Amino acid sequence: MGTTVEDPPAPGVTETRLRRVTGLGALVVLLVVAAVVSLAVGARALSPVEVWHGLFTAPGADQRLTEITLIVQTVRVPRTVLAIVAGVALGIGGALIQGYTRNPIADTGLLGLNAGASFAVVSVILVFGLANPYQYVWFAFLGAAVAGVVVFGLASIGRGAGSPLTLALAGQGIAVFLAAMTTAVALTDQASLNALRFWNAGSVAGVGFDVIWPVVAFIVVGLLLALTTLPAVNLLNLGDDVARGLGVNIALTRTVGVVAITLLAGATTAACGPIAFLGLMVAHVARYLTGPDYRWLVPYAGLLGAVILLGCDMVGRVVVRPGELAAGIVVALVGAPFFAALVWRGKFNAA
Amino acid sequence: MNERTVAPGVRLGRASFVWRPWMMVVTLLLTAAAFVVFCWSIAVGDFPLGLPQVIATIFGQGERVDEFVVMDLRMPRALAGLIVGIALGVSGAITQSIARNPLASPDILGITGGASAVAVFLVTVSGGAAATIVSSVGLSAAALAGGLGTGLLVYFLAWRRGIDGLRLILIGISVSAVMEAITAWLLVSADIRDVARAQAWLVGSLDSRSWSEIWVALWCMLALMAVVAYIAFHLKPMHFGDEVAAGLGVRYSMVRAVLLLCAVLLAGVAVSAAGPVPFVALVAPQVAMRLTRHPTPPLVASGLVGALLLIGADLVARTALPVSLPVGVVTAAIGGPFLIYLLVRANLRRGM
Repeated sequence: MGTTVEDPPAPGVTETRLRRVTGLGALVVLLVVAAVVSLAVGARALSPVEVWHGLFTAPGADQRLTEITLIVQTVRVPRTVLAIVAGVALGIGGALIQGYTRNPIADTGLLGLNAGASFAVVSVILVFGLANPYQYVWFAFLGAAVAGVVVFGLASIGRGAGSPLTLALAGQGIAVFLAAMTTAVALTDQASLNALRFWNAGSVAGVGFDVIWPVVAFIVVGLLLALTTLPAVNLLNLGDDVARGLGVNIALTRTVGVVAITLLAGATTAACGPIAFLGLMVAHVARYLTGPDYRWLVPYAGLLGAVILLGCDMVGRVVVRPGELAAGIVVALVGAPFFAALVWRGKFNAA
Repeated sequence: MNERTVAPGVRLGRASFVWRPWMMVVTLLLTAAAFVVFCWSIAVGDFPLGLPQVIATIFGQGERVDEFVVMDLRMPRALAGLIVGIALGVSGAITQSIARNPLASPDILGITGGASAVAVFLVTVSGGAAATIVSSVGLSAAALAGGLGTGLLVYFLAWRRGIDGLRLILIGISVSAVMEAITAWLLVSADIRDVARAQAWLVGSLDSRSWSEIWVALWCMLALMAVVAYIAFHLKPMHFGDEVAAGLGVRYSMVRAVLLLCAVLLAGVAVSAAGPVPFVALVAPQVAMRLTRHPTPPLVASGLVGALLLIGADLVARTALPVSLPVGVVTAAIGGPFLIYLLVRANLRRGM
């Protein structure tokens, strides 16, 4: 990676493509390895053989084997799946939001999604007195979706799909407002505050498949929508006028893109809580690895996001034994210094 | 409205500036509004005073009783609002100008994150060292030290043959993310009663300010503003990019470094006077830009909008709301929608 700068001038197209495909393949391999390790790491460390048994043997007479099966199938597999799915969604969401707002510091929370989800969580706790995270997952998704729609709607009034600047600022405005409301509720109601602090940490643990599958469905729809717009995002980054001249339907592309980001980041936030910083970091690293072509950047960002989130979740499981550190916290604690070092070395100046 | 004439330049001795009547009018109106709200905020309370009484007392012509109420009881709070508002507004305008990014604000330069992490640590960790620190130097001072330490850390981490806007912001975001993660971690592992206290501190408040704290903040702010005012003449060419600025004789790297240091310190002043009031620094410059119809965040108007926003929000929080909320919450609740209103209005006008 460090040698890209010294590459001979203008490498052939096939060469570049080969390098990108190889990188993509390496990331996939890395992800698979991480997923396997993730099944074994935790408060109760398991050997590969035990993981195998846990995955494929039915609960039987053997007490010890039943226990392992239980651990693997109800704890390790769901959180591994969720970490991968959430990482992919946040990585791609982060890359897309930076593409659509043309702003290198845009994050997945920008459209008010995180603020909307948090506000929904504290308000349903205040109003309905819900105590169980399972009960407010869908309210959180609803909150994120409504916030996204309102932001995009406000930014689009009058001029069709809004300009990148208006979109970013409208998102900030709504996020500021919702965050204030959330704080107001949390300050007056202790039950909400209690739920909010765990929610804000952002974790992939403790969510069952009954929540994960619907979340995956939303994210897959978001992914498909995102993939259809990738060539257009490339053109949009040349400026609205050039893109229009080259035949891009700007309003349609932006609308589809924002819907995709809302689905990806909103569903993830609903299931895990706000995991800040991951999307932003991954988008920059991916841009450094692939260059500005969104058709390559976005897949890289998704895979990188999954690898990093999964890795951080594993780190969080082992560093403060017997307790656990939420993945969202680890992402910031481990990822941010690493990212800062890359920034300092001047890796992202072209962003 | 659609005049496309070039704004005339005015030269007075060695100083020259562009004559923008609209901007002057808006700035004067903002000054007047800030003054009125400032006095109003002093007038309102358990012992109501009339606006003329307050103004007379401020200029030293009031009665003894009024003077006690105004100068000793209410002035510190109002002044704190004014100082914090101006400091945050100007700090935000500088950051957004230099980063050339409307999403930049001193909040992401690490001040707020660092101060919050230290404060939450001191509130939630009961025991030896933490208790000693709180009793000896006070929570606000310790938090301020944490905030300034983090801000300067970001500043020096981003220093590599001068300060680059994007690099500073990305490093600021990273360091802030670490601080926020530490805060979240502390909150998750703390007792819920401590969490409530920490949360109250995290949004910032103007309650129970004393004159001694205010004097320090006031002088610091004035000193910093003097530096900013002196060097801000070089800011304008820098909006055209480094090359143009260099061609016009601006030592952009030095100007940028000094201005950003001022922004960091101004945000520190605000934290010392009110805690980490969020969002003012983000919203005020954008609102000021749109009110004055200026293409870049205007420094003076941003400070005034910040002050207006903060004192006004404090006024609303004390008088209009049934529950008592810290000023930070009300500021955000008013500032966010107002920014949206301005955006939508501008969009509608351009769409026709």
